[in-house]
Amino acid sequence: MAINVPFDAVEIAAADKARSGWWGGVLDFARRRPLGAAGGAVVVFLILVALTANVIAPYNPVRVDFGAMLTRPNAAHWLGTDAFGRDVLTRLIYGSRTALLVGFVAAMVGSTLGAVLGVGSAYFGGRIDLYLQRFMDIFIAFPLIILALAIVAILGNTIPNVITAITIPMIPRCALVIRSSALSIREMPYVDAARAAGFSNARIILRHMLPNVMAPYLIMLTAFLGQAILLESSLSFLGLGVQEPTAAWGLMLRGAAVDFAESAPWMAVFPGLAISLAVFAFNLFGDSLRDALDPKLRTL
Amino acid sequence: MWKYVVKRFFLMIPTLLGVAVLIFVLMRIVPGDIVELRLAGDTGSVSEELLKSERARFGLDQPLWKQFGTWMWGVVRFDFGTSMWTGASIGEEIRLRFALSLQLAIMATAVGVAIAIPLGVASALKQDSWIDYVARIVSIAGIATPSFWLGILMILVLLVVFRWVPPMVYTPFWVNPWQNLVQLIWPALAVGYRLSAVVTRMTRSAMLEVLREDYIRTARAKGLVETLILKRHAIKNAMLPVLTVTGIEFAFLMGGLVVTEQVFNLNGLGLLFVQAVAHRDYTLTQALVLLVASVFIIVNFFMDIMYGWLDPRIRYR
Repeated sequence: MAINVPFDAVEIAAADKARSGWWGGVLDFARRRPLGAAGGAVVVFLILVALTANVIAPYNPVRVDFGAMLTRPNAAHWLGTDAFGRDVLTRLIYGSRTALLVGFVAAMVGSTLGAVLGVGSAYFGGRIDLYLQRFMDIFIAFPLIILALAIVAILGNTIPNVITAITIPMIPRCALVIRSSALSIREMPYVDAARAAGFSNARIILRHMLPNVMAPYLIMLTAFLGQAILLESSLSFLGLGVQEPTAAWGLMLRGAAVDFAESAPWMAVFPGLAISLAVFAFNLFGDSLRDALDPKLRTL
Repeated sequence: MWKYVVKRFFLMIPTLLGVAVLIFVLMRIVPGDIVELRLAGDTGSVSEELLKSERARFGLDQPLWKQFGTWMWGVVRFDFGTSMWTGASIGEEIRLRFALSLQLAIMATAVGVAIAIPLGVASALKQDSWIDYVARIVSIAGIATPSFWLGILMILVLLVVFRWVPPMVYTPFWVNPWQNLVQLIWPALAVGYRLSAVVTRMTRSAMLEVLREDYIRTARAKGLVETLILKRHAIKNAMLPVLTVTGIEFAFLMGGLVVTEQVFNLNGLGLLFVQAVAHRDYTLTQALVLLVASVFIIVNFFMDIMYGWLDPRIRYR
């Protein structure tokens, strides 16, 4: 051995490595950032609820029961029923499916496409970069919800279209952040080396640059998750997102929930709590993830 | 300085033009065409003649470049054409509602900033104390709470506690200022809370950064009173990013208003926009999207100018 490494150091490194597996990383994160871990726990809980909705929900989410209209919360209906006699808790549980489906698909597709565009823009530089940036600037001049609403107006409001409408405004926002990280990576010697080795542009972007913008990518992804859920509930609340009788939190706050707000406040209170809790949890988790991975990055 | 202002002013034109092209293209990549889509959406089938006459009415039988030219020429003269749904002049529809939305946006920003800056500064000064934790939780919650739900809760509480029902008719400020403010303060609070959340976070992080600067240590070392250090050195320097984020949020308020106006039944631009989208009124949607994007671009222009004016270190290129 040419380099003299003290035995202790080797052992400590080995012990660290054994603990630094996937689970070890999770435990470490939970110990250092309790708030973020609490957010993460709520996220895991929501995912479990969404996956097992058909098992844990006490009633059928779409069955109308006029005999049980606007029932107060009681032993049979823990969170009461709505104007059609549908169980509020059941619809909340099924609503988590809609929220998470839209949230995850929109955030993943949006930030992935954004990352590819951002890295590509930084890698090619020059004219391509300039034109892409100007193009992104135009998109960013629209508030998220305005662009999403305009897209819904054009495509019509089915769930896939709602997802598209939420995804599109996210792409340029993510591309902008990823591009700034990728700009510094482009100057790294290993990218030069890859180019010198004659690798194709696609290979350099996908294999060498993308893995190195993983930190901002994950941060944007979690930030978008909360925003996408909020956006979906806003669209549904306006009647321009998910349509009845599908269970969606924003939709539950629409119409009867406002009309009967005084006599049946449970209809207006619980779905809003569910939205806030979900977005709060995703943001808390995302915030801590950002602090852990890249404290200099500012996200909303 | 003036050279920069003029240059920056003219740089807005390509972006605005790009925005206009983008909306125009978006509205025309619809499968089929918008007249067909709109009419068929109501009845299921339409006669070829009706389609033809409707297309001619909105100039959709013209070549694309000509349509765009006509639209742009109208926009330059503040003539946005007529609504596909009501047939009313779009310029008039917007004019009727603009004042309400602008007032609401200004009030919400004022409310938000008034909460955010003291809270953010206190949170940074007492980092990791209970006040910091409260401020952080309040602000993360503010970003997570949908403003329309907050609006519903407010109406509910006002109804139950004060027996107060939001009035159906909007009272303009110049008719009865007091009644107008009472009517708008609740929606302003609902929207302002979210804005305050964003601004609090920015204030906190900017203050934390500034408080670690050398000049703050110097000011302390020369024995300056703590309040003067804060007023003259820390807050002044920390306000720049706060100003930027406030400007962006103000420009984006139209988005926040879209849902809140619905809850409080306020006939502003947001409500008009939702109605336009629901009725598939393409001409009106197109005009409103352009308006909102223009507001954003123009506010950004003023922010840039102000930034340079407030911070002499920023050089004009």
